[in-house]
Amino acid sequence: MGIFDHEFMLRALLGALITGLIAPALGTYLVQRRLALIGDGIGHIALTGVGLGLLTGTAPVLTAVAVAAVGAVAVELVRQRGRTSGDIALALLFYGGISGGVFLVALSANKTNANLIAYLFGSPLTTSRADLAVMAVLGAAVLAVTLLLRPWLFAVCHDEEHARVAGLPVRALNVTLAVTTAVTVTVAMRAVGLLLVSALMVVPVAAAQQVARGFRATMRLAMGIGVVAAGAGIWVAGTYDTAPGATIVLVAIAGFLTVAVGSGAWRAWRRAAAGARRGPAAETEPPEVVLQR
Amino acid sequence: MTAPPVIEVEDAVVAFGDRVVLDGVSLTVAPGEVLAVLGANGSGKSTLIRAALGLVPLAAGRVRLFGTPATRRSRQVRRRIGYVPQRLGAGSGVPATVGEVVSSGRLARRGLVRRTRARDREAVRAALAAVGLADRAADPVASLSGGQQQRVLIARALAGEPELLILDEPTAGVDAASQEAFAAALDAFVRGGGTVVLVAHELGPLEPLVGRAVVVHLGRIVHDGPVPPPAGHHARPGHDHVHPHAATHDTGMWS
Repeated sequence: MGIFDHEFMLRALLGALITGLIAPALGTYLVQRRLALIGDGIGHIALTGVGLGLLTGTAPVLTAVAVAAVGAVAVELVRQRGRTSGDIALALLFYGGISGGVFLVALSANKTNANLIAYLFGSPLTTSRADLAVMAVLGAAVLAVTLLLRPWLFAVCHDEEHARVAGLPVRALNVTLAVTTAVTVTVAMRAVGLLLVSALMVVPVAAAQQVARGFRATMRLAMGIGVVAAGAGIWVAGTYDTAPGATIVLVAIAGFLTVAVGSGAWRAWRRAAAGARRGPAAETEPPEVVLQR
Repeated sequence: MTAPPVIEVEDAVVAFGDRVVLDGVSLTVAPGEVLAVLGANGSGKSTLIRAALGLVPLAAGRVRLFGTPATRRSRQVRRRIGYVPQRLGAGSGVPATVGEVVSSGRLARRGLVRRTRARDREAVRAALAAVGLADRAADPVASLSGGQQQRVLIARALAGEPELLILDEPTAGVDAASQEAFAAALDAFVRGGGTVVLVAHELGPLEPLVGRAVVVHLGRIVHDGPVPPPAGHHARPGHDHVHPHAATHDTGMWS
């Protein structure tokens, strides 16, 4: 009998697939903005929300969404100031967030450390039906924002200054992206944990951009890689009894390495083949005018 | 004259900390003009247009675009402006196709909810054709040369069908073929009644298009009129007054 005959395994799989789909969709914008690690910071802040939930007896997912959203908007405000002291401000937010979380969780008497570990590194096998419902609703909201607002979010992430001159609602779009990041982090908390959320936002995108030619293509491919990594990770974890969150991330990283090595080899082969065909002097412009690659 | 000036800058002062970069500059650009803003690196010429666009705050003075004060510049005014920055923004970690970048210049003309219409696609296609990149829409921007990337940014501005085109050093480090494509695109834009302000170090093939030039030096406008001859700054009248440190400041200005 297969591992997915158990209902808890099926719920784990569904939760992980939702996470694998939405984390890279949102992560594409973060990577484009060179804010790949911001998801990690928001994850730190979300832990305070979890602590608040456990302490007050509210569903931790909801308090985590609220606290993470406030934290993400604060991060966005720091980013807009764009000064060097911003670095320190972010550090204060992130470490304040994670210590606040650990502090509050410890305060909630009947909870143990095992509980904290579950939020930090994920515990998809304990996904309840209610958890799954919340993940589905929040996940649909993230998908709606990342897919429907793609042209606008792309414009703002690609060249914020130009977007401002053109009269796009830059501030509103930035706040939307920040809040969506917070929601994504919270949805992903169950599957991979707050400390590994960022990996699912970044690694599939890093893999996809090796081969994709455009932004939309990168996003779609990253979502595909995320879903495959999440599904395969849960299967491996269920079959070999490994830590599910970490397994998902390791599968994603293996995917990245495969794509990176594969595309590198393909490019080298093509360059060699092209070089053999038309000889060297193909350069038409001085290389210093090429901005990238 | 019924139409208000496209750009009106009055006694603009811009300072970064204690350093005054623009020192009480006034400039008026009429509809249909092609104005070159010239000056050495660090003269304040880029700051002048960035202040006009509202990208840097004014310490004193005021700016009007199409007769509207900068403080309440609505989207209707902003979408009449096409801005071409010097370089593609640094935020391009993820690949983007030429078509995607140029389409983003069309967004200001679309509502937030309305889907792309044939009219929008046509504008993007026309903008790409105007800079000679019609066949590159599906290519990643990063695979293009510096000059071609610069043309992509012009196409992005043109896609919004602006009335005013502001270009920051459009020809810096650009190959000859791109400069020609560039000049042709600007020429077509001007013939269509557009106003152009371009910041430049040297005009190159754009010079025949330019009707008026201002020279910015040490945060002030020191020349306003026809394009000064590029023969060398020593030939310019009044040179000794405005260049007290000529030996260190002037090298490379027109070369």
